[in-house]
Order: sequence, then structure tokens, then C-alpha cells
Amino acid sequence: MSAVFEQILQVGFLAAIIRIATPLAFATLGEMFSERAGVLNLGIEGIMLLSAMAGFTAASLSGSLWLGVLVAVLVGALMGALHALFTVALGLSQHVCGIGVTLFCSGLAYFLYRLIFGQQSVPPSIDGFKTAPIPLLSDIPILGPAVFNQFALVYLAIIAVPLAAFVLYRTPWGLSVRMVGENPRAADSAGVSVIATRFQAVILGGALIGLAGAFLTMAQFNAFTFGVVSGRGWVAIALVVFGRWDPWRSAGAALLFAFVDALQLRMQASGLGHIPYEAFLMLPFIFTIVAMAFMSRNAVAPSALLKPFRREER
Amino acid sequence: MFRLEARTSTPAWFNLALPLIAIAATLILCSGLIAIAGAGVIEAYGVMLSASLGDSYAITETLVRAAPMIFTGLAVAIAFRAKFWNIGAEGQLLAGAVASCFVGAIPMPGTLAMVLMALAGAAAGALVALVPATLRVKFKVDDVVSSLLLNSVIYYALMALIEGPWKDTFSGYPISPPIEDSANFPVLIEGTRLHLGVVVALIAAPLCWFLIARTTLGFRIRVTGENPEAARYGGINVQRVLLSTALLSGALAGLAGVGEVGGVHFQVMSDISPGYGYSGIVVAMLARLNPLGVVPAAIFLAAVMTGGEAMSRATGVPAFLSDVIQGTALLAMLVALLFTAYRIRRVGAQT
Repeated sequence: MSAVFEQILQVGFLAAIIRIATPLAFATLGEMFSERAGVLNLGIEGIMLLSAMAGFTAASLSGSLWLGVLVAVLVGALMGALHALFTVALGLSQHVCGIGVTLFCSGLAYFLYRLIFGQQSVPPSIDGFKTAPIPLLSDIPILGPAVFNQFALVYLAIIAVPLAAFVLYRTPWGLSVRMVGENPRAADSAGVSVIATRFQAVILGGALIGLAGAFLTMAQFNAFTFGVVSGRGWVAIALVVFGRWDPWRSAGAALLFAFVDALQLRMQASGLGHIPYEAFLMLPFIFTIVAMAFMSRNAVAPSALLKPFRREER
Repeated sequence: MFRLEARTSTPAWFNLALPLIAIAATLILCSGLIAIAGAGVIEAYGVMLSASLGDSYAITETLVRAAPMIFTGLAVAIAFRAKFWNIGAEGQLLAGAVASCFVGAIPMPGTLAMVLMALAGAAAGALVALVPATLRVKFKVDDVVSSLLLNSVIYYALMALIEGPWKDTFSGYPISPPIEDSANFPVLIEGTRLHLGVVVALIAAPLCWFLIARTTLGFRIRVTGENPEAARYGGINVQRVLLSTALLSGALAGLAGVGEVGGVHFQVMSDISPGYGYSGIVVAMLARLNPLGVVPAAIFLAAVMTGGEAMSRATGVPAFLSDVIQGTALLAMLVALLFTAYRIRRVGAQT
């Protein structure tokens, strides 16, 4: 057991947690904005994959990583708009549309990747983001090298969490998002455009999900493989629930999951584990399902989640 | 000006017309991708059609591919009828596969093995589906998210099995030991892979239709889905109906896994289902949740998959086109369904 603790206290381990948490934090914040506005986005898994592919392709062809990130964000936002078109403008059932968007985006990602890069025995890779230590801060013992000697996108994620909380709780737009997610009828009476606000929230969510995809192919793996997302979208769905639709708690949930994931990777690598690593990977899902049973009494989920809004219908 | 107007009823021909319109729209939209890939659209779709339905062997291959999607399609269709939002057919399929593989590996007479495999697989699927249904009934937990998340739990449980106790010690591959030869489902036409499970799937569809359309339970499922308040008022125990629906739906999805183990792979591996559970949602929506419609809808998707591989070999268009078609078909069908609830009516200028 002491060997396990030794692993945990290493700087490399802390850095790994931050790195694993980053794409999850982006995706979780993205899904959270969408759900706070009343729109469940099950397209997340596919949107992340398509953004990861598009960003990787743009970076690989242009040689510019930041152009790749931009493309990934735009593709994510565009697919968010697609989901919003179906679920918000047309009022179609959110879960079925979400599965449709995931199937469509995943298929498109694989299709275009195969078309552009062909079938290669070794997947093409790019020179991904390098760690960019922040002067002074990175000299802090343990915390410095773990948190402040990271990829630029990691810093962006660290800033994104308080920013998301500020936008959601302290800006008029954030108030509108929460209103259309809780009580669209009242929001509409108060002069808030339910349709427009939901569109904006789902598009912003898509853009954040796109950032998650960008991180995977341009910082974490530096290549696109068919399993590059491998369920991270579904993890984000769980983390939003586990984080009770709050930016801080959701980011905390992402860190917790990253800790468990990093731990299982270490145990696998060092051969310490007698427990199958899959047991760890299952945990966030099981915890979330159990947590849902307890939370349902307090009704913390946005009240209008999954409910389309049509003005003329009472 | 045009405006949407609520419909009170839909003409019967809509049931057939809407999926056909959705499929036509899908094929037109996806022809753009074929063109981008530099192939002839007519040629590509032609190869797809002839390689999936052009000769008797191709038809058997398509039917083998359709069988699991018939089962998952039925599972989703029945669940959605009761507005039990089962997104978990994928996990239920995997649970069914694992359970039937476990049973099939025990030496016993072939017929007995097959019956027990089916029972074990159906029970495992039903048990998994019971979780989100129970959580919804007892704790008011949203079934969409809980059933979706269970897919990942079951997947990792399967992985833990095939990378742990089940791991093939000889090759080191993460695959389960094969089931007994005597438990392999009999092939019905020599020289093809058309196995007994395909016929069972084809029979299951009319049985499910009968259950939904002609039995008391089916009536209860429909009323619960259409108007739970009225159902309650009419003395129907809505909670019990939801639980029964979940058991039925999960059992059907579990049978999809049984067919794959008994008739196709004879063992369990990580990619035993290329997303048949999610395809079941596409199938059920294309079928307008009618069990009889599930069969042609599943055959359509299966044809796109088997035909897609041949099209890829012949024209160089990536076979992943099939996946795009699947997703597009679902979205197109959802849009088409708007016409059942609304009609577009031309109205005079409003003041």
C-alpha cells in the first residue's frame, strides 16, 4: 500500500491528473452550459471526435497548432448549432437527436480522416503542444511543476472554470441561461428569448466540447486514432450530473475522475494492481448513477431539461 | 406566410412514406460525400445495393447483419412506446453476450445449450434494463442518462472479464474462450453464415407486434406511453408497466448478444458489437416504433453496412460512409416525423 502512496506523491502523478482532467473539464463545462439552458447534448461523444479530427487535420496540413484549435472550436460550435437546430428550433426529442448527432459526427470524422490520410499502418502524428512553464509560478515546489509547467490549453482550462462560473452566475446572459433552463415560460414572459438563449448556450457548449477534442489530438496524443475519445463524452455527461450542474463542482468531479484514472494507469504500469483497472474506469459511472438516486429528491437538475419549448403551446 | 399547424390525425400512408422520404433525403445528402471522395454516386450506391441484396449469398450476409439490429430495434421500439427511454440497448446486448457465452462454454447437449444460452442472455439483458427502470420508478431518476451510463459500466465489466479471468492464455488476446461446438447455432443454408438466430429474430418481430397491438400488456404499454395520467386514472399500475416494459426491452436486447455469440463469433471480444445498441435506436425510429417496421429498417441498415464494405473496395470511398448514412438517416427521420405532428399551412398575412 505504501508503494501506492509513493506513486501518488510524485510530481509526475499530479501533472498527469491535471492533464487527464483538462479535456474532461472542457467537455464537462460545455455540456453543463447546454444542460443549464435545458438541452441535454448526447451529441457530445461525436462532436468531440469530429472536432479532434478536424483540429488535427487543420494543424497537420497548415503546421499551425493554434489554427487547429480554432478549427476544432468552430467545428464544435457548428455541431452544437446543428443539435440546437433539431432540439431547440424544431423541438425534437433531445436524447434521440443527441444519439443521431453522435452517430453522424463519428461517422463523418472516420470518413473524412480515412479520405484525407488514407489507410496507414502507423497513424500520422504531429508535433503537438509543448509544455510552457509559467515563470516564477512553476518554481513553487511540487505544485509548480505539476500545475504551472503544462500545455497552454491546460492553463486555458484552469481559467475556463472560474470564467464559466462568473458567466453563469454573474452576468445577465448567464441569468438568461439559467432561466430558460429552469422555467422557460417565465423567461419568455420576462422578455428573454428562450430559443435564442438556448441556441447560444448549446453553441458555446459545442465550442467547449471542441476544445476538449483539440486537446486530445494536439496535446495529449498528437495523433488521431479511432479510439481517441473512447467514451470521454459519456464521462462528461456523468460528471455534469455528479457535479450538480455547477462549474466548480463539475471541474472538481473532473479532477476526481482524473485522479482515479491516473491511479489506475500507474497501477497498470507498475504491475501493482490486483484489482482489474476496468473497475476504476467503471467508478465514475456507478457513482453518478448512485448519486442520481440520492439527488433526485432535491431536484437539482435544471427543471426544463429535455423539455422543448414552443411559445404557442400552453 | 406559412405556419405550422398541429395535426389531429395522420394518414396511414405516412407510416411508409416518412421513412422512405427520410432514406431518400439521407442518400441524397450523403451522395455529396461520395462525390468529394471522387467516385460516381450512382456507381457507389449501385455497388452498395448489389453487394448487399444483389444475390442470394449477399442477402444471407445482410440478414446475418440485420439480426442483432432487429432485436435491438425491437427493444428500443417497445421501450419508447411506453416512453421508457432505454438508450442502454448496447450494454444490455453486451450483458446478453457475456451471459450466453458463459453458458455456452459449459458442455451439455447442443439443443439444451442453445435454449439455456437464450434464456441466460435474455435474463442478463433484462436485469441490466431493470436498473434504470427501477431508479426511475423508485427514485424518479432520469432514465435517459442512467441507461446511457450503464452502457459504459457493462462495457468495462466485459473488458475486465476478457482481460482477466477469461483471457485466452494460449494467444494472450483479450477474448473469451469459445463456446462448445455443439452450442454453435446451426447454419441453415450450407455455405452461408445464415444461422438459426436470424430466423428467431425474424419471428420475434411479428410476436412483438402481436404483443403490442393485441394483448393487454401491449395495451397498457401504449396507454402508459401516450398518456400516463389517463393510464393511472384507468386503473393501470404505471410503475409496474414500466418495469415490465424494461424487462421485455432488456431481454430483447440481450437476445441480440446471444445471436452474435451463438451464431457469428462463438466467443466474446471487446468489439462484439459495433454499436448495434445505438443502431437499434435508428431502426426503431425508422420503423416509427412499429415492431413490424423494425425488420425492413434493420435490413436497410444492414444492407448499408455490408454494401458499404464492398463499395469501399470497388470505388475507394471509405466504408465509414455507412456510419454517416446511419446518423443522417436518424436525424432525417426525426425531421420527417415533424410532419406527423404538424402540417405546414399557408395562411394570409397577419395583422
